[in-house]
Amino acid sequence: MTDLYQSQRAMRNMRRAAMQRGVIAILDVGTSKIACLVLRFDGPERFREDGLGSMAGQSSFRVIGAATTRSRGVRFGEIDAMQETERAIRTAVQAAQKMANVRVDHVIACLSGARPRSYGLAGDIEIAAQQVTEQDVARVLAACDVPDYGSEREVLHAQPVNFALDHRSGLADPRGQNGHRLACDMHLLTVETTALQNLLYCIKRCDLELAGLASSAYVAGISSLVEDEQELGAACIDMGGGATGLSIFIKKHMIYADAVRMGGDHVTSDIAKGLQVPMATAERIKTFYGGVMATGMDDREMIEIGGDSGDWERDRRKVSRAELIGIMRPRVEEILEEVRARLDAAGFDSLPSQQIVLTGGASQIPGLDGLAARILGQNVRLGRPLRVQGLPQAATGAAFASSVGLCLFAAHPQDEWWDFEIPAERYPARSLKRAVKWFRDNW
Amino acid sequence: MQQVAPAPLRRDPAPSRAAYRMHRLWLTPVFRALLRVGMPAFVLTMGFGLYLADDARRGALGDKVAAMTRSVQERPEFMVTLMAVDGASEPLAAAIRNLVQVEFPVSSFALDLEAMRAAVETIDAVKSADLRIRAGGILQVDVTERDPAMVWRSAQGLFLLDETGHRIAGLTVRDARPDLALIAGEGAEAAVPEALALMAAAAPVAGRIRGLVRMGERRWDLVLDREQRILLPEDEPVAALERVMALDQAEDILERDLMVVDMRNPQRPTLRLAGDALARLRGEDPEPATPVSGRMSSALAGN
Repeated sequence: MTDLYQSQRAMRNMRRAAMQRGVIAILDVGTSKIACLVLRFDGPERFREDGLGSMAGQSSFRVIGAATTRSRGVRFGEIDAMQETERAIRTAVQAAQKMANVRVDHVIACLSGARPRSYGLAGDIEIAAQQVTEQDVARVLAACDVPDYGSEREVLHAQPVNFALDHRSGLADPRGQNGHRLACDMHLLTVETTALQNLLYCIKRCDLELAGLASSAYVAGISSLVEDEQELGAACIDMGGGATGLSIFIKKHMIYADAVRMGGDHVTSDIAKGLQVPMATAERIKTFYGGVMATGMDDREMIEIGGDSGDWERDRRKVSRAELIGIMRPRVEEILEEVRARLDAAGFDSLPSQQIVLTGGASQIPGLDGLAARILGQNVRLGRPLRVQGLPQAATGAAFASSVGLCLFAAHPQDEWWDFEIPAERYPARSLKRAVKWFRDNW
Repeated sequence: MQQVAPAPLRRDPAPSRAAYRMHRLWLTPVFRALLRVGMPAFVLTMGFGLYLADDARRGALGDKVAAMTRSVQERPEFMVTLMAVDGASEPLAAAIRNLVQVEFPVSSFALDLEAMRAAVETIDAVKSADLRIRAGGILQVDVTERDPAMVWRSAQGLFLLDETGHRIAGLTVRDARPDLALIAGEGAEAAVPEALALMAAAAPVAGRIRGLVRMGERRWDLVLDREQRILLPEDEPVAALERVMALDQAEDILERDLMVVDMRNPQRPTLRLAGDALARLRGEDPEPATPVSGRMSSALAGN
């Protein structure tokens, strides 16, 4: 635990160093594509003439380089073939650097798979002084009883979600308030260590320093939920290539995240199997003609599938669009039902507002919102990520929700457990720091 | 049946690790500056240094540069063949030619016009000189001579002075320039502008003036013939002289038998009569009296 604390702190310091240098890269390692954006931070946020700033602080940076490459060696959002993935990351990073014309040393990455698991933690302490200090916050965070999540897992996020002081709950920031008993709820997200280590190794092989790690379900939620939805309660469903992440937000905090190990690539492979065409053709057919709601018109619309079987003269198969939809729809339904199950398990139906936002590359299937409304509930909308400065038009689509979310995460990371000082009693007894503190206090 | 040709390998779009590192290195600002500025500078300096390390090459290079310079400088367009002196009298022109010793023809690059101008302006008679190379290879010397305004009798002899008191030339006899006024006395040459003003004020008696004598390096005496003197004050001598001239016009006092008009104290102008005039005024027989200012006038009468 302390190891993780230290390494996460080290990443935060790295992020600060990168901010000082003003250039940081974000890397979204997905199953279908790897995106790399290079951000330049221009110092404090510049306000517009009407005195209004941007909501999420996205005007403090600018995207100066963007590159996307087809992902290789990634399955279910986890790295499957290291060499391939490393090459793909190199391709993306080099292209982004070339566009930005700066060298990037620090990178913030996200991963979508690795079986995320959410835990709700609670802890409380008595406050010695009347006023809550930063030290008290650190102590209450440290007092949360950590569940036994297994040695094969690593903590990715540990965000204080709620503070309660005596009988008052729902405090965002208890510092400076008076009370006797401070309680806190923390949301802990763990992922599999091996998947994380593979990603770290790939990034290290690319001579990059990791300045932050995030779950892509979380960052997709930051970028595609609007502020009210984050405040009132909403779920973001990031339908990626190999994994579908879902994150539940309320009061601007993520309280639950999970991933379904199915995504758009499974739809593609279904098409490839069903129509007996190569994967590339299936992907093309899916993006051009795909859909999930069949109409009478679709029976008449014939698609040339052009199976690359080497017999071009004879192999002129055609399918109707209705057939294609018949292949795609069960898989999409399966994904959404799995998501529904996860949401139910998380108790999403007891939230005051049950907005559901679909984003990610696979959310662009025509008619998905109608289908999702049947399975997930009426409050479904398709979300696109927030607009950020300098992002190329090609990278503004729903597929880039987690990339854009990572940009926002890089600019304004939420306070996590490791952003607070270690409580004093946790120091080793003869700590040098303590001696220094004693000197400073007494001289 | 065997495959005839192996399927062409699809090119991997990913950069190799080395290419990726090179690209990152190339994007490093320090490295980039080093390679784009440092390297060429180093190569140039090194090559040049190695080339010049050899004595013979350095000598040859120097010779080549010198020859090239000479060949340009000695083009006929740049050659100066003669010197023209304008605005100077014959003896002055001769003196200038004597001073500026130039072997014609000479390249205009070899002429230091500024130094030559300074040399020409050291000649007393030259007020200012303007040297330039005129089209056609002529060294044009335009001289403005000093105009003589005074004759100065000093211990070294007679000199011509211009209106500022600058010495122009020596003079053998006073009569060579009867048109110019004579000044004498110690420090007289330093107050020539004042002397000129006094001479202008003394115009009514111009025919009688013998000269101006500087007394004690501070004031002037106007010496007329018949050994008459007008002693002028240190301050505002012109006004004092004008008073005397006005008196002379009204009363003809300078025609009378007086030796000295003493204006040194403006509140109390004093006349000193000649010896017999005083006697006559007193009703005595006139006696031959020793001239009072004989010693002084001898300063003017010398030569």
